[in-house]
Amino acid sequence: MMAGEYIPLLVAVPLAGAFFCALAARKSGAFADTLGTLTVALVLALSIYAVTSPASTHAVGGWQAPLGILLVMDGLASFMLLVVSLVAFLVMIYSLSYMNAYSGRWQFHTLFLLMLAGMNGVVITGDLFNLFVFLEVASLASYALVAFGTGKHELEAAFKYAVMGSLGSLLLLLGIAFLYGYTGTLNMAHMAEQLGVMGVAPITVTALVLLLGGFALKAAIVPFHSWLPDAHPSAPAPISAMLSGVLIKSLGVYTIARLVFNVYGASPGVLNLLMVLGAVSMGVGVILALRQWDMKRLLAYHSVSQVGYMILGFGLGSPLGILGGLFHLFNHSIFKSLLFLNSGALEQATGTRNLKEMGGLSGRMPTTSWTTLSASMSISGVPPFSGFWSKLIIVMACVEQGEWFYGAWAILVSILTLASFLKVTKFAFLGRLKKGFENVREVPWPMRFGMAVLALLCILGGLMLVPEVKEMVLAPAVRVLDHGILTLGEVVRL
Amino acid sequence: MAGNDGEAGMTLVVKTVTRLTVGLIFLYGVYIVLNGHLSPGGGFAGGVIIALSFMNLFLAFGGKRAFEIIKKDAVTALESVGAVLFLGIALLGFADGGFFNNFLPQGRLFSLISGGAIPLSNIAICIKVGAGLFGVFLALVSFRGSEREGK
Amino acid sequence: MMNAWLPYVLCILLFSVGVYAVLGKKNLIRIILGIVIAEYAVNLFLILLCWKKGGEAPILQPGAVEQVMVDPLPQALVLTSIVIGLATTAFLVAIAMRLHERYGTYDITRIRELRG
Repeated sequence: MMAGEYIPLLVAVPLAGAFFCALAARKSGAFADTLGTLTVALVLALSIYAVTSPASTHAVGGWQAPLGILLVMDGLASFMLLVVSLVAFLVMIYSLSYMNAYSGRWQFHTLFLLMLAGMNGVVITGDLFNLFVFLEVASLASYALVAFGTGKHELEAAFKYAVMGSLGSLLLLLGIAFLYGYTGTLNMAHMAEQLGVMGVAPITVTALVLLLGGFALKAAIVPFHSWLPDAHPSAPAPISAMLSGVLIKSLGVYTIARLVFNVYGASPGVLNLLMVLGAVSMGVGVILALRQWDMKRLLAYHSVSQVGYMILGFGLGSPLGILGGLFHLFNHSIFKSLLFLNSGALEQATGTRNLKEMGGLSGRMPTTSWTTLSASMSISGVPPFSGFWSKLIIVMACVEQGEWFYGAWAILVSILTLASFLKVTKFAFLGRLKKGFENVREVPWPMRFGMAVLALLCILGGLMLVPEVKEMVLAPAVRVLDHGILTLGEVVRL
Repeated sequence: MAGNDGEAGMTLVVKTVTRLTVGLIFLYGVYIVLNGHLSPGGGFAGGVIIALSFMNLFLAFGGKRAFEIIKKDAVTALESVGAVLFLGIALLGFADGGFFNNFLPQGRLFSLISGGAIPLSNIAICIKVGAGLFGVFLALVSFRGSEREGK
Repeated sequence: MMNAWLPYVLCILLFSVGVYAVLGKKNLIRIILGIVIAEYAVNLFLILLCWKKGGEAPILQPGAVEQVMVDPLPQALVLTSIVIGLATTAFLVAIAMRLHERYGTYDITRIRELRG
């Protein structure tokens, strides 16, 4: 029990950072930058410590589980924390020079840190209502960040996003109310036990549908995806990277996995539903992406499609499928945030997001060019880039389960993704240099550094499957989901 | 808003009624805050009521007059003061061995001065919530004005 | 028996009214009002959950005897959710005001520039 003393710091540190940014850094942008970067670095260090240390819990304020809020740090939580803080740290370094184009440094850092605190809170909490609160903190910060540019499109996208997001949150709250009324507890471990004892009833099914609807809205799974292609491209590039890279995963995909596997216990019906949702998301996302010429919009549609892969992996329900889903989650955070950062670099250098207006930029912007190429190859599943390995595992898991159709579908969608990204590479970087771009310069070093590290992670991502690394990062997370409703109870009784 | 942008305030009737009631509303808020540890209410509810009393003044007497008395920066500063006070009370808990621990004598049950540090936390929360809510109100009301200055 | 269910049914009806306003109305302010209505319906639902037959308000009074009390936890949850709702509403209103400044209208059909 004593080992978990550090867990609240994962929320408290970014929260305190946000507070001091708002309080003390209003006058000096440099001070806000320093404070923000240091805070995120500290969170990264804490999450690396969390990955290397064993599972533990922390009862907030000393109140034990049925009365108080329990924070649970198990394999899945530490895995998610690592993904979130790694991407956040690199995005933060990138934004040091990118955000020079905007005013209001301290607002950016305050909102960024608030969003980080919310995401960390969602991941580590073991209490359903507490999860809702942190989810709302992260969502509100992200609504404001989408509107950060305060242009026409930003405001419109933010309004749409905020309305859809609030509806999703209301569905969640209603679902939580149903579950609380039925089981009489909000602690997820106790709730799983109660649900196991009391069995399936109409009220639990209603609650599951409401909660899945709410989380699917946050994860932008297909019937609920319409806000994402507006909201993600409208934000400044580092924020798009955060939203597409980690926000939809920690608020949507992670919560769905936690709910379906650890609270309800995976039943065949729910898993089938997840597989169908995942497959539809994959197809619709990639088909809509094919006809986009706005680079960020294209990337946003690919987020819908790639989230489908993760959900399909979870839906298979086998350890291999879960491994594939989680590994793809990790890879997607890396390459999708990298792609959004690339689009930001292109936009800053050329002043446009339209692929038709670009061309021949590989000579002028070498770093952006090779990082985009590696991320594109990774998302399209070209060996030996990281995306290939996770997609391979998902397809193998499909075959293992005898789901031939889903396996073939995953390969087909991957080919369409490749076609879409060949378009990006061809129109942006290859061919003749367009007129007016002769003086285009490569972006400053903080942006190059952030992109280069992410690109290296894309290339070397396959090393996550080396047994030693896998045993440390991925395998504990897979075990958490695979053990189903027993997991949380095991950790709580440590 | 009486057809004149609300700058000059509402009619005489509204102004007079507001003048009579606003003090009572304010006092009621203070009562809720101070009795927060004994009965329903507390810093949050009381802070909202206190903020509402100021909003009443604002709406009745119009923005121009009110902005002469209430400065936006002062409200923001007050909000920060509330947050720091609350944090300070939580940190003083370390005198008793932990975050948010009680460091004052508990007093007799059901008397006004009891409950250790809880009434103090209520007051801090009241300042934070009241100033925060009023700050949101001010930001929405003065939106157009600040935009004009900004550009 | 029907009477016991009635509040819950009305609650869900209120929620549906809110959702209808969000999805069906064209005016930004009405959409915001729809969200507020739906939110209050959910809050009301939470409060209804903690009701017990013959339950008293969960307040400790001087010299009180033990009695049936309603569950105080959902009331605390509702307080939290009201605060979140306040923040969301304030944000939405601010965005709506800015949109009005840019477009000169609250009509969503004349604002829509972003398309699929």
